[in-house]
Amino acid sequence: MIPPQFDYVRATSVEHALELLAEHGDDAKLLAGGHSLLPMMKIRLANPAVLIDIARIPDLSYVRDEGGTLAIGALTKHAMVASDPLVALNAPLLAHSAAQVGDPQIRNRGTIGGSLVHGDPAADLPMAVVALGVTLVVVGPSGRREVPVEDFFEGYFQTAVGEDELLVEIRVPSRPGVGWGYQKFVRRANDWAIVGVAAVGAGADAQVALGNMGNKALRASATEAALAAGASIADAAALADEGTEPQADMHADAEFRRHLVKVLTRRALESAAS
Amino acid sequence: MRTFRGAVKNNPMSILGTRVLRTEDPAFLTSGGVYMDDLVDERLTGSLYATFVRAPIAHARILDIDISAALQAPGVVAIYLSGDVPLADRRPPSPTFDKAMVQPLLAKGKVRYVGEPIAVVLTEEKYQGEDAAELVMVDYDALPAVVNPRLSADSVKLFDDAVSNQVGTFGSADDFDPDFFADCEVVFTHEIVNQRVAVASMEGRGGVSVWGEDGRLTAWISNQGAQGSKTALAAMIGIPADQVRVITPDVGGGFGAKFGADTEHGIISWASRELGRPVRWVETRYENLLGMTHGRDQVQTITIGGKRDGTILAYRLEVLQDVGAYPRIGAILPSLTRLMTPGTYSFKTESRATMVVTNKTPVGAYRGAGRPEATAAIERAVDFFALSVGVDSAEVRRKVLLPKFTEPHTTSTGAKYDSGDYETALNLACKSIGYDELRREQAERRARGDVKQLGIGVACYVEITGGGAESGAPHENATVEVHPDGTATILTGTSPHGQGHATAWAMLASDQLGIPIDKITLKWGDTDLIPEGGGTGGSRSLQQGGAAVQKASIELIELARERAAELLEANPEDLQMDTSIQGLKVAGSPGAQVTLAELAAKERLFVRSVFTAPGATFPFGAHIAVAEVDTETGHATLKRILAVDDAGTILNPLLFDGQRHGGIGQGAAQALLEEFVYDEDGNPLTASFADYPFLSATEVPSYELVTMETPTSYNPMGAKGVGEAGTIGSTPAVQNAVIDAVAHLGVRHIDMPTSAQRVWRAIEAAAAGGASASGGTVGSGGIASPDATATGIASHSTPDGKVSTPTSENEAI
Amino acid sequence: MQVTLTVNGQERSAEVEPRLLLVHLIRDDFALKAANVGCDTSSCGACTVLLDGESVKSCTVLAVQADGSSVQTAEGLAPEGQLHPVAAAFRQEHGLQCGFCTPGMVMASVGLLKTNPNPTEQEVREGLEGNFCRCTGYHNIVQAVLTAAKAGVDSPSVSALHPGVQA
Repeated sequence: MIPPQFDYVRATSVEHALELLAEHGDDAKLLAGGHSLLPMMKIRLANPAVLIDIARIPDLSYVRDEGGTLAIGALTKHAMVASDPLVALNAPLLAHSAAQVGDPQIRNRGTIGGSLVHGDPAADLPMAVVALGVTLVVVGPSGRREVPVEDFFEGYFQTAVGEDELLVEIRVPSRPGVGWGYQKFVRRANDWAIVGVAAVGAGADAQVALGNMGNKALRASATEAALAAGASIADAAALADEGTEPQADMHADAEFRRHLVKVLTRRALESAAS
Repeated sequence: MRTFRGAVKNNPMSILGTRVLRTEDPAFLTSGGVYMDDLVDERLTGSLYATFVRAPIAHARILDIDISAALQAPGVVAIYLSGDVPLADRRPPSPTFDKAMVQPLLAKGKVRYVGEPIAVVLTEEKYQGEDAAELVMVDYDALPAVVNPRLSADSVKLFDDAVSNQVGTFGSADDFDPDFFADCEVVFTHEIVNQRVAVASMEGRGGVSVWGEDGRLTAWISNQGAQGSKTALAAMIGIPADQVRVITPDVGGGFGAKFGADTEHGIISWASRELGRPVRWVETRYENLLGMTHGRDQVQTITIGGKRDGTILAYRLEVLQDVGAYPRIGAILPSLTRLMTPGTYSFKTESRATMVVTNKTPVGAYRGAGRPEATAAIERAVDFFALSVGVDSAEVRRKVLLPKFTEPHTTSTGAKYDSGDYETALNLACKSIGYDELRREQAERRARGDVKQLGIGVACYVEITGGGAESGAPHENATVEVHPDGTATILTGTSPHGQGHATAWAMLASDQLGIPIDKITLKWGDTDLIPEGGGTGGSRSLQQGGAAVQKASIELIELARERAAELLEANPEDLQMDTSIQGLKVAGSPGAQVTLAELAAKERLFVRSVFTAPGATFPFGAHIAVAEVDTETGHATLKRILAVDDAGTILNPLLFDGQRHGGIGQGAAQALLEEFVYDEDGNPLTASFADYPFLSATEVPSYELVTMETPTSYNPMGAKGVGEAGTIGSTPAVQNAVIDAVAHLGVRHIDMPTSAQRVWRAIEAAAAGGASASGGTVGSGGIASPDATATGIASHSTPDGKVSTPTSENEAI
Repeated sequence: MQVTLTVNGQERSAEVEPRLLLVHLIRDDFALKAANVGCDTSSCGACTVLLDGESVKSCTVLAVQADGSSVQTAEGLAPEGQLHPVAAAFRQEHGLQCGFCTPGMVMASVGLLKTNPNPTEQEVREGLEGNFCRCTGYHNIVQAVLTAAKAGVDSPSVSALHPGVQA
């Protein structure tokens, strides 16, 4: 299978990319690693007239320690996030979840920004960044804005990044030594999560995110509230499906997903607490 | 150390039976194989590319097809619809089937499954085809889709002129003995599903057709037997078979689905003649998952009865075969399932099969082809019985395994097992894997109430390999020629596509002739060079094709002896073949010798031989799987699998073990993961590798192999086939292991694939007392209902021996 | 558009349309047909090549994205007539049957051993999770990578010319 025809243009800078977006409007799509977009084009579910290749914009692939915050460039590839010592030290959950994305070849091409902007509720990185409480830096015609992660994911494959905007950086609160847990329930290692749970911290500080339990990565608010009120992990985890709207598909129906998310939340919290 | 027990072996330093690396590998590992899409040939200059427009709906009348826009697309040379192509519909594969169930080469009036070819677009360049195909507009009048084979008979007919959706039957319920289970203390019956799977060879289907000035067709086809492809293609396009030459390039896997020729091959051949240009076609993975025949897909009702002490007395198998939209070879395979109903056991059996059409991809052969379905059914039934009466599953088997036999044993179904020693295989498997220790560990985990429980699954199997060809007894031909430069060429009617024949056949010839294997070239898959042959499938190649190579080599020595006797003026009886000089010596006369190469320099030195076997052979074995089940999530992990396989004498343990590994992987994949799923409207949900759960390296452990070698008397080597054994034994072993892990919770059956949701639901249903309605017998049959067949105890004990189907008042034994 | 790449050490150029996939550039324009197309969804890995030293699925990379990069394919792993140590290990362990997945599997293995020269069996399995094989059940592929790791990928190449025999 091959993609439909399109025009290709390579952006040389963030400003150039924004100009190109402004010029081509809805007809254009940004191309970074291409591992979400190109398969959709090959099966002709996506048919952009113009691809704006941002992969060679300089200085968008980095991991920087900015004192209390880890700044990660949007074009940083999964393999680099997974192996970077700063990430391992300050946000080990992120390193671990990046190492779970797809397979090695995909991690050598796919970027953290591309995965987040794709907004797949079953993907690894959305639930990880929700649990980590990151901030996303987006630039557009009106300048640069910082979007808290709770405002970032809007629905299935929908994020707060506008048609004329570009995600440039992910800012992760540094928490060296913090406990974390990551539970990805799959048929095969390289599948998307049937249900996923990411947890950071313990007790009242715990932040828990759920993957594939609704149209976007969700916070397990009831679980977090129960923990804050002093509930045991087991009791709090039993509330993990509150407020979720899991779908039924050939892998799992909604009832099974509700069951799974409780078990996985308990396990993730136990891991974070140990 | 392995010894090669062949009756004809004249070289004390023989390489037969040793681990010889493959001569074909270096090319595969550097430039790669030359598959359909790699072909470069001057005859293909100016090729057009064929792209098929395929049905996006499972069942509909075609109201209108508008190709006007597509014809204007760049590079389009022609677009053909059914009415443009004057080729006859394909008839059902058996005269006993409903004759109205014919398959048009392009959809005619109706479409009957998603993926059915409707039109073919011919373009100048490869990339232009998909663009143009998108512009072919088809108006449909949707019809209800027939998806559930259980309901097929009473559903809207797929073929207006057919009697019903029933294709045919093998056996009848009228033949069943009403007192079959009369002497049983307990009888259990259950519906189980042997689900539909995709063959998914790594290389899909493809073809290239070109007509010569002599009016003959040359067709490159990715196939498992060029001669069969030639016959099928000639029949499809209505020309004599001798007007067709089929050439086989390297083939990236077949697994049963690449025999013969497909409708697409007929269409591109016809289009090539029509347009006077070569036409190439290589399918996409999407097309492959919809267009290549699928495998398995039987709903099986098993009924098994016996004594409470664990002695099984009687077993009945009723098969409902979903053949998909058109009866292909898959409609015949239930006859093999019936033939193998008794498995390795001595208790009485009876069986019948019904075949129905549905709005799905047609079913064909898939590694094992009808036999895995039989083994899965009986091994699941035996385990169901063992769990239900509370007797160890290995022990239950030992009570009823056929005792060792060396003279052929004919079963009640008429299968003639050549030799067998099933109990030794089972005992060897148990000993090798540490069965008793595993049972102890299982008991400990159960006693502790561990979240992760251990299951041990046993399966004994016997299967058929090297079955008869269409024309009489199983046979194959080979030609061996020695050249003046000391090299040799072998022509074979088999068709390797990964099995390593180039190495194995060279070993057999080398053993006789002394020519090193890297000086021996194997040729296959060109019907002008090798007009006859049975191809590679049904695990037939070594025992027939290899035997023919050995026979031809021996006969070549005899021919050489006569010529050498003349040349050396000696008595033929005084000439001895000496492999160290690759020639013949006169006994007692040092220096009086001539090499085969020297003889070949004087006159071509070659022999064509046909080897005919007395019948099929029946390899056997026992597989034991160890699974761990997370009882909180239902996730099952295969921890170990050990296979004892006896396929007679082993020629090359490297190849032998490789075949077993591959089979085990595919078999385990069916038990754990793989299923081709349709929704209730007949839409495929697994038509890409992103959705079809193709086994990857992370779902299986390394495999443990233990070998038995009981030679067969059916060929001089003593070899049986091993290509499918792994698939046949491993599937029920793995399924039984998963169920065994949660059997103590009351679970008696979980359909394949044993998905987490199914396992979890089974545990839930059993915990609810086994009396829940979900303990019934409704299977999924490939319908997108992930929880459909997880069941708790679903058995019924009848003190008077009468069989009773499970009800909501199931009673636990 | 014009693209220029270094392919197996040689500079190669081609005029391409933007949608041309890297795998087709390599196979059809450069006539290097070892890498195969096995799916369309970047699932199976049969098209795996090294792009600037890293394993990638060339069916999910546009030729224009690879402009200016270096590509290594199975054809370029070892000098003519020799097998790369990883390829030699695949032969030694019978890690291939039909051969269709093999060039991609070998390239993925080379990529894996670059980042992890001494993997455990589990790490090999996870490292090859993006490469499908229908023939081997993965057993001998995993063994081959472990064998290659043991020998060291810098070990001398093994001649491909003589079939080995082991007792």
